[in-house]
Amino acid sequence: MMYKIRTERLPELFALAAADKALYLPVEQGGQVEFRPWSEGAAVRFDALNTVRSAKDLFFPQTENLVAFRTEGKKISIIENADTGAPFGLMGVRSCDAKSFEILDRVFLAEPADTYYKARRENGTVVTLACHEPEETCFCAALGIDAAESADGDAASWIRDGWFYLKPVTAKGEASVETVRPLLTECDGADDAAVEAEKKDIGAVIGQLPFSKLDLSRFRGENMLEIFNDPRWKELSAACLGCGTCTYVCPTCQCYDIKDFKTGDGIQRFRTWDSCMYSDFTKMSAGQPRLTQVERFRQRFMHKLVYYPMNNDGLYSCVGCGRCLRKCPISMNIVKVAKTLGGEQNDEQ
Amino acid sequence: MQEIFGRIKKRAAELFADGTVTRMVGWQKGESDYDKTPAVFGPDMKGFVYDGFCGANLSKYLINLSKVEGRTLVLLKPCDSYSFNQLLTEHRIDRDKVYAIGIDCNGKLDINKIRALGVKGIRSVAEEGDEVVLDTVYGSKRVKRSEVLLDRCYCCKGKDHVAGDEFILAEKRVDTTTTDRFELVKKLEAMTPDERYEFWRGELSRCIRCNACRNVCPACSCVKCVFDNPALGTDSKANSDTFEENMFHIIRAFHVAGRCTDCGECSRVCPQHIPLHLLNRKFIRDIDELYGEYQAGAEVGQRGPLTDFAKNDAEPGATPDKGGKK
Repeated sequence: MMYKIRTERLPELFALAAADKALYLPVEQGGQVEFRPWSEGAAVRFDALNTVRSAKDLFFPQTENLVAFRTEGKKISIIENADTGAPFGLMGVRSCDAKSFEILDRVFLAEPADTYYKARRENGTVVTLACHEPEETCFCAALGIDAAESADGDAASWIRDGWFYLKPVTAKGEASVETVRPLLTECDGADDAAVEAEKKDIGAVIGQLPFSKLDLSRFRGENMLEIFNDPRWKELSAACLGCGTCTYVCPTCQCYDIKDFKTGDGIQRFRTWDSCMYSDFTKMSAGQPRLTQVERFRQRFMHKLVYYPMNNDGLYSCVGCGRCLRKCPISMNIVKVAKTLGGEQNDEQ
Repeated sequence: MQEIFGRIKKRAAELFADGTVTRMVGWQKGESDYDKTPAVFGPDMKGFVYDGFCGANLSKYLINLSKVEGRTLVLLKPCDSYSFNQLLTEHRIDRDKVYAIGIDCNGKLDINKIRALGVKGIRSVAEEGDEVVLDTVYGSKRVKRSEVLLDRCYCCKGKDHVAGDEFILAEKRVDTTTTDRFELVKKLEAMTPDERYEFWRGELSRCIRCNACRNVCPACSCVKCVFDNPALGTDSKANSDTFEENMFHIIRAFHVAGRCTDCGECSRVCPQHIPLHLLNRKFIRDIDELYGEYQAGAEVGQRGPLTDFAKNDAEPGATPDKGGKK
């Protein structure tokens, strides 16, 4: 069953949903849109395609406490202070970001499961939102992701002609929709047709986007060494600043570091995102295994396009959200890498 | 710009041919019309371009290029030439290893400002005189160049280069300055401390500690940054709390004070559009007031007010009772 509500009444829906559990949405603050908890008067931006940071933040936050240790004399006590939160809703997630959860799941939920991540995944109910106006930096289609209807998430939504359409997909989605049910109207055949028309329009735009037909087929296990040893990594990475922008805005980047912070009378152990672009990434007693930016840069793309798929049934660790295309300070990105190293089938695109 | 580009390419080819240079650092065309990447070119100059989207300041790349064999041709826009001089003053670039051409600039375009006008699904971007013509999957649009320039271009340091072995300039120079560069700093100064704190909390709380501002900054040229040193306990890969969000940027601004040429790269690359240059401009304004007007990078070898000593130096801040002005 699909439901609908006028878009101007969405604030009522948000308020009702937020009364049940914390609700995260794309909210504009200081000119930038990020997933933020809803509060009265929040500038919800369902028209903004990509948030700066991706929706992965909700499950894999940039920093989180794991555990603390406190010393009193010779006594050391362990203080459990990890915050895995309470049930929450997450609305306005695009198909690309929703797909990223599967990519992260395969890392964090593989046995032994990451309990912090797992708890948040179980706590979260994801409502996806179709991309009304995809942009030229989007290339989800090249990764087999449908911007018009997400295959992930607990409920799907569309916006067309002043109506917000909501369709639960999982039992969790059903339960969440039930909490806002008094505000919703059941859809009829005409509504189904409107949503179908919306999907068709989105598909037509996707077909016109410049990177939708990007061909990644050369990136597979049997070409690993050939790609790894390609001399063109040097020129591709030549201008790389070694900052962490691409990794920190990426929905699928999953590397982290665990560090101890001295609190004076103890230790706070925390987890923090890490970036393979950084000079101290995976630093060991023998040093950082990748001494130059060429190697670090190569690592990032080899991981996304070759190593991860080799270990995960051919699934690329990229969802085509285009954030790196928009945010890299020197405009180097995965599309440029894929076109350069991906074989001549990409030359005409 | 097309004419200027032609002249640069022709001159660069001559410099390659006569052996003056072995490589060139310039901008390379991207997959779209707006995503130019800084790149090092050989004599074929494959993919080399110069247009409104070549905002990146190339000076800092010369630090590494000074360490390799042969001479590098660098293209400097007027504001980049200040960074170039400052790096020479700090002995970070080997002048003998560089051949610099000062090139014309009529203001650089900001794709984010174009997008902020509601432009989506860009297929092509063309510069036509004072306008930018956009073809998108949702229709076409023309916008005025003057509406979509990088922030720094609205307070241009001027059309004259302060460094260069030769220059390739347009006959008609365009001045894009519309505002006093201290306008926003003055506004911040006029705020109460609480208001100012709120302003900076609002801005800095968006920081994701990607370090793009630091890594792009020509004044941030330390071989090993204190924030990358795990042995010191000052390394940080993320903003774990608000203290860090504030302090990283404030410490960085202090460190580049007196050396920052106000090139604006920090704000250009910030993925969160935090107006970081305002911190630097505040320091520049304070230095101007306390020590007399000073422009870092104006000439090679100048003594910065904070690294020089004079008996009549102001003693600002903590010791106003000793005659400090503030």
